[in-house]
Amino acid sequence: MSLLKLDGIHHSYFTQTTATTALSDISLDIEEGEFVSFLGPSGCGKTTLLSIIAGLIKPTEGTVMLEGQSVQESVNKIGYMLQQDYLFPWKSIEENILLGLKIGGTLKSSKIEYAKSLLEQMGLKGFETQYPKQLSGGMRQRVALVRTLATEPKLLMLDEPFSALDYQTKLKLEDLVSDTLKSYGKTAILVTHDIGEAIAMSDRIFLFSARPGKLHRTFLVPDELRKLTPFNARNHETYSVLFQKVWKELESLESREEH
Amino acid sequence: MSPEKNTKLLHQQYIESLKIEKRWVRFYQLVIFLVFFVGWEVASQKQWINPLIFSSPSKVWTLFLEKIQDGTLLTNLGFTLTETVFGFILGTLLGTILAAILWWSPILSKILDPYLVILNAMPKVALGPILIVALGPTFTSIVAMGAIISVIITTIVVYTSFKEVDPNYLKVLQTFGATRLQCFKEAILPASFPTIISTLKVNVGLSWVGVIVGEFLVSSKGLGYMIIYGFQVFNFTLVLLALLVIAVFATIMYQLVELLERKLIKDGS
Repeated sequence: MSLLKLDGIHHSYFTQTTATTALSDISLDIEEGEFVSFLGPSGCGKTTLLSIIAGLIKPTEGTVMLEGQSVQESVNKIGYMLQQDYLFPWKSIEENILLGLKIGGTLKSSKIEYAKSLLEQMGLKGFETQYPKQLSGGMRQRVALVRTLATEPKLLMLDEPFSALDYQTKLKLEDLVSDTLKSYGKTAILVTHDIGEAIAMSDRIFLFSARPGKLHRTFLVPDELRKLTPFNARNHETYSVLFQKVWKELESLESREEH
Repeated sequence: MSPEKNTKLLHQQYIESLKIEKRWVRFYQLVIFLVFFVGWEVASQKQWINPLIFSSPSKVWTLFLEKIQDGTLLTNLGFTLTETVFGFILGTLLGTILAAILWWSPILSKILDPYLVILNAMPKVALGPILIVALGPTFTSIVAMGAIISVIITTIVVYTSFKEVDPNYLKVLQTFGATRLQCFKEAILPASFPTIISTLKVNVGLSWVGVIVGEFLVSSKGLGYMIIYGFQVFNFTLVLLALLVIAVFATIMYQLVELLERKLIKDGS
């Protein structure tokens, strides 16, 4: 059985003058331990889809099942990391990483230890008493990742988590995130508009078309790339072949939209 | 000279220049203070201004010592200060609670919106006579004056800041399964502390106005009573004395709020 199952998701937004269909007929399965990417142009409803999977929005039609259970009912099984870190500036780093546990009422010493060991793994030991303002962008994003992982979610969703960082930090973080998730066997969905990032990090790529958001094609990332770290994958020859393929597909989507 | 040493020297010069600037600022502040009081004294003695109306610092000082000795100044100050502090705390607290209720129920805030606008536009001191008749010429009605004058504006300002908290903080909390109460406690309230503090600063001034007007109306004790009494017997020295005392204590309250601000707002800066 797959971990996450999306079945016939439709979603529309309403305002007084307009009714916009953001997502249309999306069905997909994600297996346990898999790392997938949602790739697509802006306006393809990727963030809406994540909010639906997280159970924050109820779709107009369709169902989302996590381990055979509706996501509306399953609390704290999904970790959601936003585009920016959104660390709470008035909380210290330690208070920030323990936030999810505090909210869920599971602030036990074993869980606190786990969160702190994650922080150490991210190379941020000794920063517990500092405040987010004192940390750099890359460090803050790592703290946000620890905050998301601390509740030990079944499924991790990353909404363009590296887009606000400079290129070098981004490459380093990609390796770190990929490494951490693999070692804990986490299932993850990465939303991005960066083709290279999608190829380097994931096992499968879902390509979405825009207006309304639709699942256009699925790409399987070849085994030899999956085994490599994202940084090394970028230098592999298969990488550029797949890159060209995805690039052409995206181009064809855009030209179809223009006509 | 090595570049390192040069930087050190330049830094020292920079610190020195800051110190000098601060000294000049203090100097001119003192000059203004002295010029004002000396000018006032001289102008009064030379009859450039009417000493009956404008009195003079020396007369105010003599009266100050006299009123300290017979104990009336301290008793009156005690009354006014207690009323103001209570009115101030009550106004801010009620305003913040009202704002929280409005945030909690968006439909209620839509319904109440026009009434808040009307209540805010209305001059609250005009309610004074009604309050005094309803609650009696007592401590309670004066505290109510001090509170009522600031409560609506506090509600409006704090509610606006509650609404402007970045919704992504709420999204983070909601993905952890937070209830609305948890969202309020973890994100909405702490994110609004800077706004609440700045309304506190405004409310310090407002509650003094409310309390003094209340004491004008009740006319039995307090600094407001001293002012209205001094006015009726044409003793403007007494009026000015009360005014100066109010100025000093309003400043002290303001400084206390700033102290609270430094305690409450921590973000590592």
